[in-house]
Amino acid sequence: MESVTDIIELSHVDAGYGRQVVLRDLNFSVRRGEIFVMLGGSGCGKSTVLKHMIGLNPVLGGRLAIDGLEWTAKTRQTLTRKIGVMFQSGALFGSMTCLENVMLPLEEFSGLSRAGRIGKAMELLAAVELEDAAEKLPGEISGGMRKRAAIARAMALDPEILFLDEPSAGLDPITASALDDLVLRLRDERSTTFVVVTHELPSIRKIADRAVMFDKARGGAVAIGGVRELEESEDEFTRRFFARGGGKI
Amino acid sequence: MRYLGEVFVALCGFVLRPWKLRWKDCALAFERASFDALPVVSGIGFLLGLILAFQSAAALRMFGVEVYVADLLAIGLFRELGPIVTAIVLAGRSGSAFAAEIGTMKVDEELDALSTMGLSPVGFLAVPKIVAATAAMPVLTIFAELAGLAGGALVLELLGVPVAAFWRHVVSSAGAFAIAFGLAKATLFGFLVAIVGCGAGISTRNTSDGVGVAATSAVIGGIVAIAVSDGILAVLCWIWNL
Ligand SMILES: Nc1ncnc2c1ncn2[C@@H]1O[C@H](COP(=O)(O)OP(=O)(O)OP(=O)(O)O)[C@@H](O)[C@H]1O
Ligand SMILES: [Mg+2]
Repeated sequence: MESVTDIIELSHVDAGYGRQVVLRDLNFSVRRGEIFVMLGGSGCGKSTVLKHMIGLNPVLGGRLAIDGLEWTAKTRQTLTRKIGVMFQSGALFGSMTCLENVMLPLEEFSGLSRAGRIGKAMELLAAVELEDAAEKLPGEISGGMRKRAAIARAMALDPEILFLDEPSAGLDPITASALDDLVLRLRDERSTTFVVVTHELPSIRKIADRAVMFDKARGGAVAIGGVRELEESEDEFTRRFFARGGGKI
Repeated sequence: MRYLGEVFVALCGFVLRPWKLRWKDCALAFERASFDALPVVSGIGFLLGLILAFQSAAALRMFGVEVYVADLLAIGLFRELGPIVTAIVLAGRSGSAFAAEIGTMKVDEELDALSTMGLSPVGFLAVPKIVAATAAMPVLTIFAELAGLAGGALVLELLGVPVAAFWRHVVSSAGAFAIAFGLAKATLFGFLVAIVGCGAGISTRNTSDGVGVAATSAVIGGIVAIAVSDGILAVLCWIWNL
């Protein structure tokens, strides 16, 4: 059923690589303007599902739609314009400075003048507190700084949906919390939808509107709902995840 | 195969809209593939000329016609050896570098990042390198050939043939066609080496030795592509009597 509030819909989706199914029969949707968190142990397939959502790998079965559109050669351009992605590794371009990295999408797709692009890119870097590192190469900054620069790049074209793969892993609690504030602010000010993969329990509690829990052993989604609901879920694995402090299971 | 299709589409895009190319990347790749390779290419060309001249002079000397070494060298260098040797150096230097650079980016998810930004890794990364390597090859080849002639001239000078006579023989035996044909071949080799190198980079596997494997297969694949295309050209030349 298509509904106006759902921006991403998965129905009977099999996720995986080639012929190897990692997660089977996924049925959930992400609502417009919410912060949706994907949870699960390490290696359970969170990044895999994310890669399906952003159109890098085709789903192995079922239907995955963004704004009612599946990823095809025809819809690719339209859908690409709607999304911004921060990869687990950051994936900044090593030969470009942070500023150039953030400017790249602006150069290719915005009609801004050069001065406008620099201004916008600096604004984005300021939002993740990286103005000082603008002229540095990714190899010259820390892992956490790379992640923040990658978030700035993902936000460059004001996407409707931002996908963040473990944004706060490797960040100190204060920076991580500032990042959470940034996510909340973007959702409130621009009603950006977020799909976030994270293990950090404090972060989940602070930002998640709803979450889905994957379990590798059972090869599927085992619980979905608000954080409260998950904490009190009848699924034992899910309850343990929250009880254990959200570390890798 | 899909990669070749994408290269074709991206190159058509380049031909139709050259201003869209990332010229900065292209210039950098050109500099690395050409200027940085000049010493090694000239050195090898010089030695090649030297060795060839020595070898053939030994035989031609028996007939007292050492000066024909010049003809031999000119034909050999311009038609075959210059382009081939230069291309093999290009495969070793730039083919592997292209593969390693793109391969590292693939392992770091940078290629995925490009795709999700709506940029094609082939158009964004491979095409500037292909254009650069294709443009670099004729330049490099000319240097290799001149160095080779210098090596040959040196040998003949030692054997008592004056440079002027050597030069006259070179000019008379190396027709404009042979030179142009050699340079065209060089250009083709550069194109092939770059396509193979970038392709190896793009298909890098995400394992600890993935980038190394990609670089190796870029070199081997490049050399095979050079040999095969040269063979095909030789057969075509024979058929068409060129
Ligand atoms: N490129 C790939 N090809 C084949 N299988 C893969 C590939 N990448 C990951 N996998 C497999 O898919 C499964 C899920 O991996 P995924 O990266 O989605 O885990 P994850 O939930 O993101 O884990 P983490 O929290 O450690 O990032 C793993 O078992 C992994 O071995
Ligand atoms: Mg992951």
